[in-house]
Amino acid sequence: MNRLAQSALLFLLGATLLHAGMTDLYLRYVKAGLRPLVLLAGVVLIATAAATLWYDRRRTSHDHDHHHEPRITWLLTLPVLALILVAPPALGSYSAAHTGTALQKPFGFPDLPADGPLRLGVADYAGRAVYGDGRSLRDRELKITGFVTLDRAGSPYLVRMGLNCCAADAQPVKIALTGNVPPVLSPDTWLEITGRYTPRRTKDPVNDGPIPYLEVTRAKPVPTPHDPYDETWNT
Amino acid sequence: MGEPVVTAHDHVRGRFTWLTLIRNAPHKGEDCLTGTAGSRREPTRLNARTRPSVPKGRQCMPMRTTGGTGPVATTKTVPRESGEHGDIEADRGQEGRERQEDRDEGRHLNSALLLTLLLVTAVMFQGPIRGALAAPVMQSWMTVFVAVMVQALPFLVLGVLLSAAIAVFVPPSFFARALPKRPVLAVPVASAAGAVLPGCECASVPVAGALVRRGVTPAAALAFLLSAPAINPIVLTATAVAFPGNPEMVLARFVASLLVACAMGWLWHRVGRTDWLRPPARSSYEGQGKGAAFWGSVRHDVTHAGGFLVVGAMAAATLKAVVPADWLRAAAGHPVLSVLALAVLAVLLSICSEADAFVAASLTQFSLTARLTFLVVGPMIDLKLFAMQAGTFGRAFALRFAPATFALAVVVSALTGTVLL
Repeated sequence: MNRLAQSALLFLLGATLLHAGMTDLYLRYVKAGLRPLVLLAGVVLIATAAATLWYDRRRTSHDHDHHHEPRITWLLTLPVLALILVAPPALGSYSAAHTGTALQKPFGFPDLPADGPLRLGVADYAGRAVYGDGRSLRDRELKITGFVTLDRAGSPYLVRMGLNCCAADAQPVKIALTGNVPPVLSPDTWLEITGRYTPRRTKDPVNDGPIPYLEVTRAKPVPTPHDPYDETWNT
Repeated sequence: MGEPVVTAHDHVRGRFTWLTLIRNAPHKGEDCLTGTAGSRREPTRLNARTRPSVPKGRQCMPMRTTGGTGPVATTKTVPRESGEHGDIEADRGQEGRERQEDRDEGRHLNSALLLTLLLVTAVMFQGPIRGALAAPVMQSWMTVFVAVMVQALPFLVLGVLLSAAIAVFVPPSFFARALPKRPVLAVPVASAAGAVLPGCECASVPVAGALVRRGVTPAAALAFLLSAPAINPIVLTATAVAFPGNPEMVLARFVASLLVACAMGWLWHRVGRTDWLRPPARSSYEGQGKGAAFWGSVRHDVTHAGGFLVVGAMAAATLKAVVPADWLRAAAGHPVLSVLALAVLAVLLSICSEADAFVAASLTQFSLTARLTFLVVGPMIDLKLFAMQAGTFGRAFALRFAPATFALAVVVSALTGTVLL
């Protein structure tokens, strides 16, 4: 790959990173805190492309590159194409079904607002249900948002993936659904479930982790949230 | 005004060299091996088009053509051989101009046009491509692949910027002066000095080569080579970010990497032989302005390390999306097997040391000691490092150095993990 092509590729890569960083696209792959670094990397890559062209123009022809670039550089087209053409979705039911629930015992249970319907995260509900015996959840109307995952037997779960840094380390937290579950559920549909706490529990077939049940009263399809991952679960 | 003339001259000179090489045709395999393989194929195609019958050994020539080495000696023979008049002006007749255009086009066709064609084709067939990638397992693979790239590229760029700044603005002689004269003392100092070279292992190999060239004792340079990718601030920060719940992981990584680097340095001092080391080639940045050298270094490192990063990201995504969780769980259950499994995985995955902590963090089935082994072995020896070491220091060196490093790194990190984690 010669310098011209290299600078074109570096420019494309930088522009792709800028595009991902300036839209919500990057949230499908990395956590929100990495945004400044992603944007910075995009700017530097574009600057490198410009500098390469600039210095190449001023080079005299006799100091042509003796050092040929290895073909491995071509592989950098793959992330560009993947991000521009495909822009794969955030990890969904496939990974959730193949990974065990990552529910861990919370450090404590902060007080919840006393009245009205209660909005909870998937990990928050699961943590309170499994490790707090659902004390603060009894007889409350709960609203929980997540996506649908079906296990091998076809039982439905409401899942939210959490991540530490990027999607490579994403892990799911699952809630099993019971009660008034819609008859047809397709995986990866985002639902806002209204329901109540039930003490019933089950074990994740993948890693024997604890999964609490939620008794569904109503299920409403919702659009994919702004940030598909749950970043609050481990802080 | 000056530029086109020079360019034309260069093309002409290039062909003269080429013709002479055909006449002599002495270059068989050897030159093909020593020349770097970069753009060999494209110029060959060009030659095949302009000259249908080319003698054997022609694959070696394009490197000379573009390289333009030794033009003075070879130019003399051309008029006889080509039947053209040795005058450059005469050479710019109809036929000559056509060939020049041909060659001009050919030179750029190599990769810039190929890149454009590739992108346009991909855009044209985006429907079928998306369809082929619609299966859940492929989507999951793509997501993890893109995620590792998006997350690792900023760290790679940061490391490359800083290492280019050090490579360009800190004179190499500074390192030679800063080190103690006695090799036994120089080894730990050089290992600790690795902390000031922020970058991944891709950056440390050329720097270690430069150190050896500047007269630093090889034992110290090798200790630096091993420690720099693992104990520098960027990598340790990334480790801390990736293991938010286990700050002791950062300390363990630092200690184990430093120990292995010192031990390898001393081992080389005791049993190493200079004739295993091939003297590294001259730095390609000499004789350039600081700006050109800086950006040249950034471009070079991003395109090289970035390519290897893609390989690592693909391997990591495959592992995450395809390998059944049972396999890893089976290995993860056994204390010794888990350490060995992740050590081998670190070698195979060849992930950049600035990104490997995040991959290690995702291997949640494994014990912290096994993951520490992954973090200590990875920056010191993996497939791409082996290739780079063999390229810089010679194969005789790499074949001895790599297995010793691997064994020592596994033992030391297992011990460190037992004590600290």
